[in-house]
Amino acid sequence: MRKQFDNELNKLNKDLIEMGHLVETAIENMIDSFKHQDKALAKEIIANDRIINDKERSIESRAFRLILTQQPIATDLRNVTTALKIVTDLERIGDQAADIADILLHFDGEHLYRTVEHIPKIAKKAKIMVHEAIDAFIQKDLATAKIVIEMDDEIDRLFQEVKQEVVEILQENREKADYCIDFLMIAKYLEKIGDHAVNICEWLEFNRTGTLNEQRLI
Amino acid sequence: MENSLFNKKSRISDKILNILIQFSTLISVSLLVVIIGYICIRGIPCFRFDYLINTTSILKNTVGILPNIINTIYIILLTLIIAGPIGIGGAIYLNEYATNKKIVEIISFTTEVLAGIPSIIYGLFGMLFFGNLFNLSYSILTGALTLSIMVLPIISRNTQVALEAVPKSYREAALGIGATKWYMIRTVLLPSAIPGVLTGVILAMGRIVAESAALLFTAGSVSALPINIFSHIFSSGGTLTIQLYLEMAKAHYEVAFVIALVLIIIVLALNFIAKWISQKFDVNKVG
Amino acid sequence: MDIKIQAKHLNLFYGTKHALKDVDLDIKKNAITAFIGPSGCGKSTFLKTLNRMNDYVKNVKITGEVTLDKENIYDSRVDTTILRKKVGMVFQQPNPFPMSIYDNVAYGPRIHGIKNKKQLDDIVERSLKAAALYDEVADRLHTSALGLSGGQQQRLCIARCLAVEPEVILLDEPTSALDPISTLKIEELLMELKQKYTIAIVTHNMQQASRIADYTAFFLVGEMVEYGKTNDVFSMPKDKRTEDYITGRFG
Repeated sequence: MRKQFDNELNKLNKDLIEMGHLVETAIENMIDSFKHQDKALAKEIIANDRIINDKERSIESRAFRLILTQQPIATDLRNVTTALKIVTDLERIGDQAADIADILLHFDGEHLYRTVEHIPKIAKKAKIMVHEAIDAFIQKDLATAKIVIEMDDEIDRLFQEVKQEVVEILQENREKADYCIDFLMIAKYLEKIGDHAVNICEWLEFNRTGTLNEQRLI
Repeated sequence: MENSLFNKKSRISDKILNILIQFSTLISVSLLVVIIGYICIRGIPCFRFDYLINTTSILKNTVGILPNIINTIYIILLTLIIAGPIGIGGAIYLNEYATNKKIVEIISFTTEVLAGIPSIIYGLFGMLFFGNLFNLSYSILTGALTLSIMVLPIISRNTQVALEAVPKSYREAALGIGATKWYMIRTVLLPSAIPGVLTGVILAMGRIVAESAALLFTAGSVSALPINIFSHIFSSGGTLTIQLYLEMAKAHYEVAFVIALVLIIIVLALNFIAKWISQKFDVNKVG
Repeated sequence: MDIKIQAKHLNLFYGTKHALKDVDLDIKKNAITAFIGPSGCGKSTFLKTLNRMNDYVKNVKITGEVTLDKENIYDSRVDTTILRKKVGMVFQQPNPFPMSIYDNVAYGPRIHGIKNKKQLDDIVERSLKAAALYDEVADRLHTSALGLSGGQQQRLCIARCLAVEPEVILLDEPTSALDPISTLKIEELLMELKQKYTIAIVTHNMQQASRIADYTAFFLVGEMVEYGKTNDVFSMPKDKRTEDYITGRFG
């Protein structure tokens, strides 16, 4: 019975896990590159983003083929549709890591990773959220997913702090305006990464219950 | 090229079988042709139209088989009037109403055995049972009653087969929109089964026309024109076949062959009619 | 929504075989209810109990009750002719009678005593139109129904069923012998008919059930395992056995 179908579903899942790992690595590398102002690593991140994009396409293609040939229903349908939704978030996370890497690549200012006190915190938080979201998805663990969703409030709060800090630096030092804006953008990207991690967790909830934010989708 | 498609082998056993089959076909067809041909050759030269409209009479010095033709028609109609409804009705009952499968099987088996009994035994039974016991003596009615028993299995069996061949889906469809069983049988089953039923009836007619042994001691052998249409059934009357037997016994071969010719024509005609009817009334045919 | 047919503790035995086990099921008015399940699960048997077509099967014993508008159809006072006028049936194989298209549709009304030619003409035309067949056969009403294509024959059978103005239409895998286009036509027809009729359909085609049915019941070895809104049954089945069946893990 449905050997072929199960095989395909397994491959889809495996691809998703692989893509998750690629995205996690991108974030880790991005933080490293940031910490050590490692421009070579930043270049690598940008190059690797292409691999992530390709992975997204291949997962989408596999999912479309499954819908076309197997007309999945019930759990199967939710698995396939969840995959389709999640790859978008994973791809966006990858994009944002690459965007940050791009800023770092053109960054000529002083080493300021710790200048803005909350940047390392927000980076760490974003990394944890992505890691936990992917983990929760692999384990189909709703409890962890809930924790990740709650973490989003913290990251929002941290972003406000970063903003405050940047404003303060800017008031003291007008000539630093250039990279202050860069910092703000990096913080914004990190905050967006957190949002996408939340999305992944919400789609996991849909995968398990058919509801998203208490709204019944199927 | 060992595996080539063109390595056609001729298989001896196939060939032998083929020849045997063709041979058997040839024999059966030529037998029919020879018999019909022989009767035609002997019958046609002696055939005179006034045979068909005259009575054999020493007084008037005429020879004719008209009474026998009329008697034959009487026996056919009377037998069918008796055996038709009983045979068809019985078949409908067995097929559609009887619920006890065992009894149905026993009845079917008995009917088949009945069909295999030598006709002279029917004659004996008819003579004693209808002729003596019911005091009908030698009469067309006694003959028809006897033949009724004889052709009953043919009619009933054919009807049953025809009913069985009607798809179950027709029954379901009719019952499913509220038809009663009898309404369903009347409007759907019987129209569908009609070719089969008619085939049975016509086969029965053939059997009646051909019968002599069962009639000799029941309907008798008198060849006289009917005086009264109804009272005629209570008088003795010989059919064509009986007359043929009598003529042969008297070594009147000319008349015998004319009768044979008429019989053959009737039998052939009945067969063609049977074919035509089963095609004509086939409701399952489109167009 | 109103309940049209209700089965209560319905048990059915074929001889010693327990073919339906304590089935409780409500069929809602003006909706399509689908029965799904593997072959031999009892779904067709259940369908047939709803207009007593099982009466013609030998050694059948039924306990419990089935009510149509609160009247028990297994009551000894029930006239099955009236019951089947109200609850019509369409079968798996298109089974038009070997008669003209006209006579097929007029068959039912004639059973119920309608003889008037004008009246019959009206019924035939109306039924064929309702079954979306009229335009295709209008010019050959008096030719044999057996000359129609399979899909047309099945719509003719639906028209024949509609001609007696039933309240409920039971369909036993009505499209399993048809090509996809004919299937689609019948599905669309059923979606329209549910405005006026209550429809129950047995189908092996899961997609079909999810496309057209408002409610779906899943049967397994004589048991009604799950019953609910089609959307719920196909997206979030409550019972593991339902999930396994609809996703093709067995059956």
